[in-house]
Amino acid sequence: MKNKAKEKFTKQVFSRPRSLVDVSTHYCPGCHHGIAHRILAETIDHFDLREKTIGVAPVGCAVLMYDYFDVDFVEAPHGRAPAVATGVKRAQPDRFVFTYQGDGDLAAIGTSEIIHAANRGENLTVLFINNTTYGMTGGQMAPTTMLGQKTSTSPYGRDYRNDGYPIRIAEMLATLEGTAFSARVATSTPAQIRKAKEAVKKAFDMQIREMGFSIVEILSTCPTNWGMKPLDAQKRVLGEISGYYPLGVYKERKQADFA
Amino acid sequence: MTPEPVGIKRELMKGNVAICAGAITAGCRFYYGYPITPQNDIPEYLSAHLPAIGGTFLQAESEVATINYILGTSASGKRVMTSSSGPGISLMQEGLSYMAGSELPAVIVNISRSGPGLGGIAPSQGDYFQATKCGGHGGYRMPVLAPHSVQEMYSLTMLAFDLADKYRNPVMILGDAVIGQMKEPFVPTPYVSTVPEEKPWSLTGCAGRPRRIIKSLHLKDDEIEAHNWKLHRKYMTMREEEVRYEPTHLEGAGIVIVAFGTAARISKTAIQWARAEGLPVGMLRPVTLFPFPSREVDEAVSRADAVLVIEMNTGQMLEDVLISTRHHDKIRFLGKPCAIPTPEEILQEIRSLAGEIGVKAGNVR
Repeated sequence: MKNKAKEKFTKQVFSRPRSLVDVSTHYCPGCHHGIAHRILAETIDHFDLREKTIGVAPVGCAVLMYDYFDVDFVEAPHGRAPAVATGVKRAQPDRFVFTYQGDGDLAAIGTSEIIHAANRGENLTVLFINNTTYGMTGGQMAPTTMLGQKTSTSPYGRDYRNDGYPIRIAEMLATLEGTAFSARVATSTPAQIRKAKEAVKKAFDMQIREMGFSIVEILSTCPTNWGMKPLDAQKRVLGEISGYYPLGVYKERKQADFA
Repeated sequence: MTPEPVGIKRELMKGNVAICAGAITAGCRFYYGYPITPQNDIPEYLSAHLPAIGGTFLQAESEVATINYILGTSASGKRVMTSSSGPGISLMQEGLSYMAGSELPAVIVNISRSGPGLGGIAPSQGDYFQATKCGGHGGYRMPVLAPHSVQEMYSLTMLAFDLADKYRNPVMILGDAVIGQMKEPFVPTPYVSTVPEEKPWSLTGCAGRPRRIIKSLHLKDDEIEAHNWKLHRKYMTMREEEVRYEPTHLEGAGIVIVAFGTAARISKTAIQWARAEGLPVGMLRPVTLFPFPSREVDEAVSRADAVLVIEMNTGQMLEDVLISTRHHDKIRFLGKPCAIPTPEEILQEIRSLAGEIGVKAGNVR
């Protein structure tokens, strides 16, 4: 009787996505990699892609992501994930291939690989985590570091006269013909998370429909290296960071125009 | 002269193109590369011929990207090849280290030019150290094959694919501008695979099986140590099982030449001339530069009165010869960095060496 009543009146509405492994992660408290991972896993599940996905892991905080996802994974050298993904996708065009890269990986050492993968219209999906610093190595200055931001290698604050300016990847890649989808999202409020998931779904859909290269830049937090409490870090994203890095869809291809 | 197999015609072919023919015959359908002299015949040929047989040719934005395309296609379980020359091979060292660490097979062709730096485009064997000691970080090895004819450009390429799959490791073909760009007759012998086609480690999507992870990161101390010993055992097996060399008139040779690739090819002419003069000259030609035929070199040096190491560099394989034997007093060196030694030069060296050590001319026929 009791179980039947339970069946009748309860319904499971939330659980771990099938594509995530049931383990705890190494990410710091307040870091948004966990949110991004969940969005990615939910989207893999949504399109029922788990068994035909090959992920490409970066070098940086997310290098261990293959321990958390229940999909095939290959680890790329620092910044080379788009090139490794190119090799996987060219060999297996019917598989779903994504990279997941931080801002040191993608926007510094891997600029050549990301630009040319996008420019070729390589049918890949890229999740780009921008937290304005090198998290794994201890919070050094990245190309995305804000002007004035103090890091372990810009102890007086980033100065454009010495270090140039923070680089806007989503806008830059949107200028390339091969890019089918480019957007910047954040994950600091429930509404932002819903929008981020919509963007990731669109990026996936571009690859599924063979429209070309798709990228979603996710403004993330790094409370540990920013020296902030998690809530203050979220506020920084909502204010200062999204002020310089505007959220939005920068390119969305409507039809495959290079077929 | 090699007898012609029934139904297979001899063809006149360029060395670089013979590599392409060997790769295609061995089932390679993926090639990535970046232009650099003197190996451009390879990407040019494959860009024309791979698409027609359902293969993939992709010109990369750099050699750094190239080797990572290779890594991705190799992880997918497909046979894949790239080619380059010195400066480009330098840029691939990072990826080669990752591939060795991740145990991924591929064939890497170095049609080497002179260096260091931008160097020149003259033929050279200056990349011996980089190839055999491995230029990437972390301490790994890879088999290095040194063809000395167009025929070998073809056959050793096929062997390279089998060795790569057998050991799950990159394999290098080390040629140079002469061997790459000269034309000579060759016989397109059939390919007979010596390895299983199945790659039960490849990433194909985890349908009906547990997920697979290909990586080189091992953060736990005991894990990375065990991984290093595992790789080491693999390299020791290569040393035991994969040594290949060609002896030429070694029996009773008072003077033994040790040379590889183009230098060995030219030496063969000089040896013919010297033997016609009655000088007892032979040659040991390493075909695998790693693993190096140390035991065989030691035996040859022990039996000979003098050994002449000839290289198109200032003495790189020479160090492996010296490591292989105690008889250092017998060893002489003729080096031609960034140039081709002529048979006349080599013959002259043989004659003066014979005079120096008192080897008398006799009937060596």
